[in-house]
Amino acid sequence: MDWGLFTIQMLNGVQLGVLLFLLAAGLTLVFGIMDFVNLAHGSLYMMGAYFCATLVQLTDSFVLGVILALPLTALLGWLVELIVVRALYTHDHLDHVLATFGLILCFDTAVDFIWGPTGMAIPLPEILDSHIDLMGGHTFPVFRILIICTGLAVAGFLYVMVAHTRIGMLIRAGASNRTMVMALGVDIGKLFALVFAVGAALAGLAGMLIAPITEASIGMGNEIIIVAFVVIIIGGIGSIKGAFVAAMLVGLIDTMGRSFLDQLLKIFMSSESAETSAPALSAMAIYILMAMVLAFRPQGLFPPKVR
Amino acid sequence: MIKKITALAAMGAFLAAPAMAADKVKIGFVTTITTPAGVIGQDMVDAVNLAMEDIGGKMAGLDVELIIEDDGFKPPVGKQKVDKLVKKDKVDFIGGFIWSHVLLAAKKPALDSGTFLISSNAGPSQLAGKQCDKNFFSTSWQNDQTPMAMGEVLNQNGVKSVYVMAPNYAAGKNMIAGVERTFKGKIAGRDLTKWGKDAQLDFSAELAKAKASGAEALWVFYPGKAGGALIKQYEQAGLRDTMPLYTVFTVDSIALPKLQAGNLQGVLGSRNTQHWGPDLDNPQNKKFVAGFKKKYGHYPSFYAAQSYDTIFLIKSAVEAVNGDLSNKDGIRAAMKKADFPSTRGKFSYGNNHFPIQNFYLREVVADADGVWTTKIVSTVLENHQDPYAADCKM
Repeated sequence: MDWGLFTIQMLNGVQLGVLLFLLAAGLTLVFGIMDFVNLAHGSLYMMGAYFCATLVQLTDSFVLGVILALPLTALLGWLVELIVVRALYTHDHLDHVLATFGLILCFDTAVDFIWGPTGMAIPLPEILDSHIDLMGGHTFPVFRILIICTGLAVAGFLYVMVAHTRIGMLIRAGASNRTMVMALGVDIGKLFALVFAVGAALAGLAGMLIAPITEASIGMGNEIIIVAFVVIIIGGIGSIKGAFVAAMLVGLIDTMGRSFLDQLLKIFMSSESAETSAPALSAMAIYILMAMVLAFRPQGLFPPKVR
Repeated sequence: MIKKITALAAMGAFLAAPAMAADKVKIGFVTTITTPAGVIGQDMVDAVNLAMEDIGGKMAGLDVELIIEDDGFKPPVGKQKVDKLVKKDKVDFIGGFIWSHVLLAAKKPALDSGTFLISSNAGPSQLAGKQCDKNFFSTSWQNDQTPMAMGEVLNQNGVKSVYVMAPNYAAGKNMIAGVERTFKGKIAGRDLTKWGKDAQLDFSAELAKAKASGAEALWVFYPGKAGGALIKQYEQAGLRDTMPLYTVFTVDSIALPKLQAGNLQGVLGSRNTQHWGPDLDNPQNKKFVAGFKKKYGHYPSFYAAQSYDTIFLIKSAVEAVNGDLSNKDGIRAAMKKADFPSTRGKFSYGNNHFPIQNFYLREVVADADGVWTTKIVSTVLENHQDPYAADCKM
């Protein structure tokens, strides 16, 4: 066993995990507190990436691009809540799915219209574009360390906000019993708009962080949103803590599967079939985990306390 | 009841009428227009439209009708579209196909009905070997050939061990088989990654494995947007200093503008193999590249060059039979001669209807205007035929 490689792959798994957490945090709050299924959460992730790509090209600075794109994505989230989502709270889940699926199509077409179909690269400053040397001749990209740090900082910030502030108390209360919060005279409409906008900004941040690695492209959110739903189901809907733990689990399982599963399979099958089936199996692993959680603990690992 | 019968009879007469005389050449073209891979399809459609303009919309005096269909990057959708082109539109030729797995799924309805099927890109080993068909032609290459040329380049550069990465689908496996066929050194490791509409774009785990394998070089096949992503991550992981990158179908004129916009200098000077290049010196290619750049404002990709060739191949066959589209044997014999101006220059068809052609080593350079493009360095394989031709009983 090459422990250096193992460490690198752990870091890669954590990096994927924090990225999923950024996406899942908003999703789980919106689902848990407002009981609203938002398929278009992935579109906000995409819009964050495109806003950032455009601003980076205009300002020539990645940091400035992110700082400016964050409030822009939050504003977009707030507008989406105001124009589309607000009218749907009283409807059932099927209507949510239909409406937000429509939103996905609108956003994808809008991006095609404004930015074209080719996608956009985000150039990084030299210091972020390099790598650091670890023990045993291994290297790790600086930018991925930045992703991990940003994700952990956001997790810490959300923890403090949810556990130790008045807004957080209301959010927790909303996740547990919405009707009671309303009955106590809290302006639930404002709270919902705030949560939706913050969720949008977090999703946008995830998009801004992944785009320099892959690129901003149409439909980039539609693939990852499925995984984000898996994360919130495993973690327990409405729970930030659950989202964090589940995102880490999913990130690590996915990365470790991609890294070591083919070697494991080679022990008992031919190397060609091991190489072909390993990517398929590792792509399935997170869904198997979800199925197991649903079978043995359908409320998720850390469900918010209800009643 | 009587009403129904008359209606049916009328419908029958209506359907039968247009089949009487071939007053135009109908060409179906199936490619990927939606999904992020639609960028490739757009380049192909642009080239086909340019070719239609260059031939004045006519072949042997007949009007040409072009029907473009989107396969959505999905094999079953590709098959439905070919079904529709054959049964509803009754086309004479079907061209296009970026993806090997889509072509393999979609070929049956076309070939069963005797419609000519021309791959403008995909070159799966099955169609070159045991499943070759008299009505199937390629204006591209067989999947193994380009990586075989790259294997030779690796040998020439004295590379002793290489780590290979490709997407997990028909062409990815062919490409790996191709490079292993000619490369004499050791394959230090192999990775096949998830492909399709939700393809994997983050290669952190795979690149870490490649680095840990201690291989002297990294070889990859990543067409479309995955290519740009991979090169960026290769740079960020600092592999450039220790593991030179060799690619096929990854660095092309679709990826290069984005890499240039992102200022990824590392790709300059990187080398890849191909049967064609925008600087290849022949009159048809000069006309094509200049026309394409004038109309669309950027370099054409190899996908575009092959699509342009597809229209000229069809034209040469339609003219050889003087527009008599019912003369299938005549059309087939004419296509087999490859007697048309190709962007790659003169080539011939093998028994399996795949081109026997040269493969070149290309280097990424900035052109006179500072635009990143490729320049042909040398010829790696001359008049090369794919290794599956022997399995084709034709």
